[in-house]
Order: sequence, then C-alpha cells, then structure tokens
Amino acid sequence: MLKMKYRELYCSSPRYWGGLASLVFIILIGLGAAFHMEHSGHYVTGMSNQIVWGLPHVFAIFLIVAASGALNVASIGSVFGGPMYKPLGRFSGLLAIGLLAGGLVVLLLDLGRPDRLIVAMTTYNFKSIFAWNIILYTGFFTIVGLYIWAMMDRKIAHLKRPIGFAAFFWRLALTTGTGSIFGFLVAREAYDAAIMAPMFIIMSFSYGLAFFIITLMAAYWWAGRTIGDLRLAKLKNLLGVFVGAVLYFALVYHLTNLYVTQHHGVERFILLDGGIYTSMFWIGQVLVGGIIPLFLLYSPAFTHSRFAIAVASLLVLIGGFFQVYVIVIGGQAFPMSLFPGKEVVESTFFDGVVAAYTPTAAEALLGIAGVAVSMTLVAIGARMLRVLPETLEDPQEGEAA
Amino acid sequence: MRSLSGIRRIAGLLVGGALLLLTTGAISDTAVTKGSKAAGMDSCVAPTADMRRNHMDYLKHDRDRTVHKGVRDTRNSLAACIDCHAEKSEAGGYKPVNAEGQFCASCHSYVAVNLTCFQCHSTTPQGADEKVSQNAAGGAGLGLLHGMEQPLSLTRDELQRLHAKVEGN
Amino acid sequence: MSNRDDQPDMNRRAFLGQTALAAGAATVAPGVLLAVANGEADEGVTSDVRWGMLIDTNKCADGCTACVEACDKENGIDLIQRPQGQSDEMWNAQRPQWIRKLKVRDTQTGAVSNLPMMCQHCEHPPCVDVCPTGASFKRADGIVMVDRHTCIGCRYCMMACPYKARSFIHQDVVRQRTNAPRGKGCVESCNLCAHRIDAGQESTACQEACSAEGHKAILFGDLKDPQSEIAQALKAHESRQIRGDLELNTGVRYSNI
Repeated sequence: MLKMKYRELYCSSPRYWGGLASLVFIILIGLGAAFHMEHSGHYVTGMSNQIVWGLPHVFAIFLIVAASGALNVASIGSVFGGPMYKPLGRFSGLLAIGLLAGGLVVLLLDLGRPDRLIVAMTTYNFKSIFAWNIILYTGFFTIVGLYIWAMMDRKIAHLKRPIGFAAFFWRLALTTGTGSIFGFLVAREAYDAAIMAPMFIIMSFSYGLAFFIITLMAAYWWAGRTIGDLRLAKLKNLLGVFVGAVLYFALVYHLTNLYVTQHHGVERFILLDGGIYTSMFWIGQVLVGGIIPLFLLYSPAFTHSRFAIAVASLLVLIGGFFQVYVIVIGGQAFPMSLFPGKEVVESTFFDGVVAAYTPTAAEALLGIAGVAVSMTLVAIGARMLRVLPETLEDPQEGEAA
Repeated sequence: MRSLSGIRRIAGLLVGGALLLLTTGAISDTAVTKGSKAAGMDSCVAPTADMRRNHMDYLKHDRDRTVHKGVRDTRNSLAACIDCHAEKSEAGGYKPVNAEGQFCASCHSYVAVNLTCFQCHSTTPQGADEKVSQNAAGGAGLGLLHGMEQPLSLTRDELQRLHAKVEGN
Repeated sequence: MSNRDDQPDMNRRAFLGQTALAAGAATVAPGVLLAVANGEADEGVTSDVRWGMLIDTNKCADGCTACVEACDKENGIDLIQRPQGQSDEMWNAQRPQWIRKLKVRDTQTGAVSNLPMMCQHCEHPPCVDVCPTGASFKRADGIVMVDRHTCIGCRYCMMACPYKARSFIHQDVVRQRTNAPRGKGCVESCNLCAHRIDAGQESTACQEACSAEGHKAILFGDLKDPQSEIAQALKAHESRQIRGDLELNTGVRYSNI
C-alpha cells in the first residue's frame, strides 16, 4: 500500500503571494465598507426597520451553513470509514474553520454595536438560540482544531475517531442551531416551520461540498498537483445526491406550507407574484442551483469533464446564495399578518405591504470580504500546515487506498 | 558611555519630576467649571477623591437599578451629574458636559479614557420648561448631599495617601 | 537539584490562588457593599402590578395622530435628525416609530377600524426570548424594554416581534431628552413611559394626549388591581389581543375590533 504523503501547498512565490494579495485587497475594501456602515450608522445600507437583516446576513448565514457542510468530507473519511475520502479530511477541517470564521466576521461587523463584542461574549441569555449559537461556533473552532490535530499527529491518532464523532455531532448541532434561528420565529409566516432545521442541514451538505470541490480543485491547480478522476467522480456523485436532496426539501417545505391555508399568502408571494423573490426562487434556486448542476453532474456527455464539475459546484453555490436570500430577505419582505381577515388601509410603517429592499454597495462589499476572509485563511493554512496530500492520483488496481 | 549614564540619570530624574509635578497639578486642580451648579457646592455626593476614582462604578451600579428596577432617585444618577456639572452658557442654555473644556471632557481627555455615556445620554440638563415628571420623588438635582454628615475636603497629602492605599490593596 | 526547578513551587501556587481570590473579592465587594449601604433588598418595581392598556377602537378617530405626536415629543423622537440626502421612503422605513396609527378594513364586511399600534408588552415576549445578551427584558411590572447598555444591535428581537414594534437607530443622534437616552446602533421600542411610572405618575404621553383631544380611546392602568378602571373595563366588556393565537398574553388589549 502506498503511503499518503502530505505537504504544504507550495507554488511559485509570485503566484501565491499575488493571489493572497488580491484576497487581502478585497478584505481591506470590505473593512472600509464596514467602517463606513458603523461610522455613519446603518442608514447608509438598504436595511431598515422593515428589512432588519440584509445582504450581510445572507452572506454570513450562507458561509456558516457551508462551513459545517465542508466538514462532511472529513466525517465520511474517519467516522464512516470511506477510504477514498480519508486523505481529504485535513483540508476539509481547514476549510470548515475558514468558512465559519469568514461568516462570523461578516455577522460581527454588521452588528449595530460591534464594539460591544465583549458584551456578547460575557452576557448570555440561555433562552436565546442566538446565544447558544455563539457557544456552538466557539466549540466548533475548538473541536475541528483538535480534529485536524488528531488527523495530523501520529501520537494522538487513536483519538481521531472519537474526536471525529464529536465533530460530526457538533456540526449537526451547529447547523440545527443556525436553522433554528429562523425556525423559532413564530411571528413570521415564512419561517415558522420545524422543517427549517433539517433543511438547513441538507443545505449545508450541499454548499459545503460544493465549496470543498472548488477550493480543492483551485488549490491543486494553484500548486500544480494532480487529482485522480475516480476521486473527483466520487465527490461529484455525492454532490449530485445532495443537490437533489436540497431540491426535495424545498419541495416538501413549500408543499407543507401550501397545505396550511393560513400560509397561502406567503407561498403565493414566493412562488408566483413576489417579483424579484419569485425570480430568485425559480431561476436562482431551482434552475441555477438545482436543475443545471444536476444535469452537469449526471449527464453522460460530461462524465469526464472537470470543467463541468467546477461549473456545477459554482452554480450550486450561486443557487444556494439565492436560496438563503429568498429565505432571509423574502421572508421578511412578506408583510406580517397582524389582523387575519382584515386588510391594512393606512399605516405610516408599511404594515400590510411588501417591504422594499435594495442593498447598497457597502453591504455587498462587506459580504464579499467575508468570503475573502475564508479563502485567505484556507490559503494561509494550506501553506503552513500539511493538509493537502502531495498527490491525489487514483489508487492503483488492487490497492486498498 | 559611563559618563553619559550619569547625565542620563539626571535627565531622567528631571523628566520624571516634571511628570510628577504635572500629575499632582492635575490632582489638585479641579475640573469643576465655574458656571455650573457644582461650583457652588462643597463636595459631590462622596468625597472628591472617592468620586474621581470610583464614579464609573457608582454610575454603573445605579444604572442597572434604574433600568431594570425602575429606581430613578439613586444617589449616583447620571442625570444628576449633568444637572450639577453642566455650565450655563451665555445664550441662556447649557454647554454640553462632554464639550471641550467642560467637566466630563476635560478630565477624560486628560487621562485619555473614552467617554461613551454620551453616545446615548443627553449632555445637558432637561430644561425646566420641558421637564416631564415634576413630581419625581427626590427629583433630579436633589439628594445630592445624601448620606453626608459633613462635606469632606482632603489635603493633597491625604489624597496621596488615599491613592497609595487604593493602589496597594 | 536541577530537577527541582521543574516542580511547581507551592508558594507560588498558593500565591496565585490568593491573588485570584483577592481579585474576585475586589470585583464583587464594591457591588455588595453598595447594595448593603443603600438597603436595596426589596426596592424598585414589583410584580404586584402589571401595567397595561385598553384601546377602544370605536373611540379612536380617523386621521387623528395626537398619540403619535405626544409620544414623539415625550420620548425625544422628534429630536432625531434625518440624515442628509435620505429619501422620504427610506427615512420612513428607518426612523424609529414607537407608536403608529393603523386603519384596517375587514375584507368580508368592509368594516373599518382605526387603532394605534405599539409594543404590546407581552407576558411572554418573543423579543426577550431571542435576545442573545438579555438586553431585551421584561420589568417586574410587566413593561418590556431594552437595556441599551447591553444591546449589541443584532436586531434578532426585531425579527421575532410579531407586531413590528421595535425600531433600530440607523444614524447618529445628537440630541436626546434626559428621560429617553438614544444612540446609534441599538434597538428601542415603547416602554409605556416608564420614566413617568417610576416617578409615580399613572399615565402615558399617548393616553394623556388622547384624553386631551376628547377621544379617551386609550385607558392605561394596573391590570392586576381589580379596582382599577382598566381592570373593571376589561371585565365588563369583550376585548382581544392582537395575534392572540400566539398566546403571548399581551398587556395592551383592544376592544371593538
């Protein structure tokens, strides 16, 4: 059996530092945007008392959800014993940490009072799922950090399985927690559904794996290493299953809602006449994020096309972004029903009308910076730690792995 | 090198001495502004040295009582601080306590400590014409010398001893 | 001999322990001492009262905004400056509104009612449940409010509130009233004029203004006192909670809707 050798990501200096510099540049612009938002106040954003969570939250939730999903590859390798996934475990852990950090940075910088981070860390209201999430996030960093350590250090290799299990359950809790942020909002019709939490888990599987495939391919292209066809095919098939599952959950979610007469209004809004949100749902989430990637992944015409895999993964991410956008913003834009059976004729506060939201550049730049933070952490981590195998050639005939 | 060190030592002593003078000067000087109600009073709600050192803790403690328990006639209420320490301006109104040279700002800028109260709180007393609750028990400006048998004034020596005591605990 | 350097120095350990103890005592002591000195055992608001409102929509006049104006003045909302260059639409969506007037029409019968809408001061407030730092809290006397000292501006309470009663401060605020501190980046909402209640008054600005206009649509008082006007009225006439299906047991009730 060939021994798997891990080595730091190494490529020519200009290529590495150039890439890193452009990422840092994006981050700096994002920080500038965040400073602008905090200095002038949130009036410079499109957010208001109607749409209280905007584009930054879409980015943050998207990244956090993807983070727990990115850890899946490691879980499959060490918890469920998939030999083909085993060499990818370390990178999977690193990516998970990077994505979570990126998401949290965005979330933090969008707070009304980010200077009170210390308050958020020291005063807890344990009834709040948000407070639990703060603990879940910190715990995730610790456990995944230990997990990577266990995967890399022979001396504690025997701890790999138990820590792997812990990390697996922790990530499930984390995504459940993130999903519950919305599921617990009884007042808003679009959110009040128990299916939110499992739906977020399956979304995390899909986005996390898509992120994993893209970053893995990018890293190997960057460093000029090779990935075997068989391994990619495995990842690709798995992605296909997850994308299908996300579509299925979206279907169940909307069918359940359609069964409840009270929710017909919000369903009509998302599925039929919600303008931008309807387009985002059908074109963004279903077509770009579901049907086209499925076609690219399963069509015999693209069986050996790496380009198709990369494009499919990218589309999954774009579709996923729209899906989170529809959930977060669309759910808020739909008016809350204060008086069932009555319509609001006059209000100074936009009661009973669809709330308008146009994100500003500052919000978008902050969100993009979050993605850049994730990628920077991954790039630095891969350069400093031995997380990527020297080669991911397919195992020779007759070899275990 | 050896000869230099002596000079250095003397220079250091001089600089240190100058700094010491500056500090003690600051301690003895009062930040209370002339045109404020506080200027006509013997002492704050506690000895000056105590207030200088502990006012933030007193304020924080009573702010929680006010916000969570609705106790507004506390000894250490920020509104009362402002009532007393805001300086009357020529125009008839008040100068904000966090304006340059005013009571709060002069000290806080001297010690370079951020003053965050006034991100939210009013910096001038509520004018008599727009007073909301006339019948507030104990009222904003009252209760000032509450619990004080006699106003205390400390000499510089006493003050320094107090400082040493507090720091050496 | 050299081995002994590796052993923990017991003296040092004891010293560290004592230091930690002393530091702890120093942190806790002032609070305890202050509490003792001020005799704070049972002070402040009690749960023997619960403040609430009854709004008679029949008496609420179409086009009258006296309650809104009174609230804006009382709580310094009228002192907030619109940011330079902000459009009417955005300003309307972003400025704080503690109380707002609504006109609703029954889709079947066409019956029209007017009513003021504000924080309903729930017994089980969703905003308090979701707040990560506990800044959103309910006072013993039933008033739901925000402790701005611990609010981090995450706006989760605004997501959770079924009544859209909360507002986020989107810009710098230069002038405030002493009784209504306000600053950029925190969330706020109607607090039933808590400063008045704490001063011993049993009225809110909106209720006062409504009475002054002669409408008397708003009744304010102690829900727990069976002799109070509001408790009697609630007992005598049918009234309802808005979004009663959520079983939040609101402190603000409406009749004739």
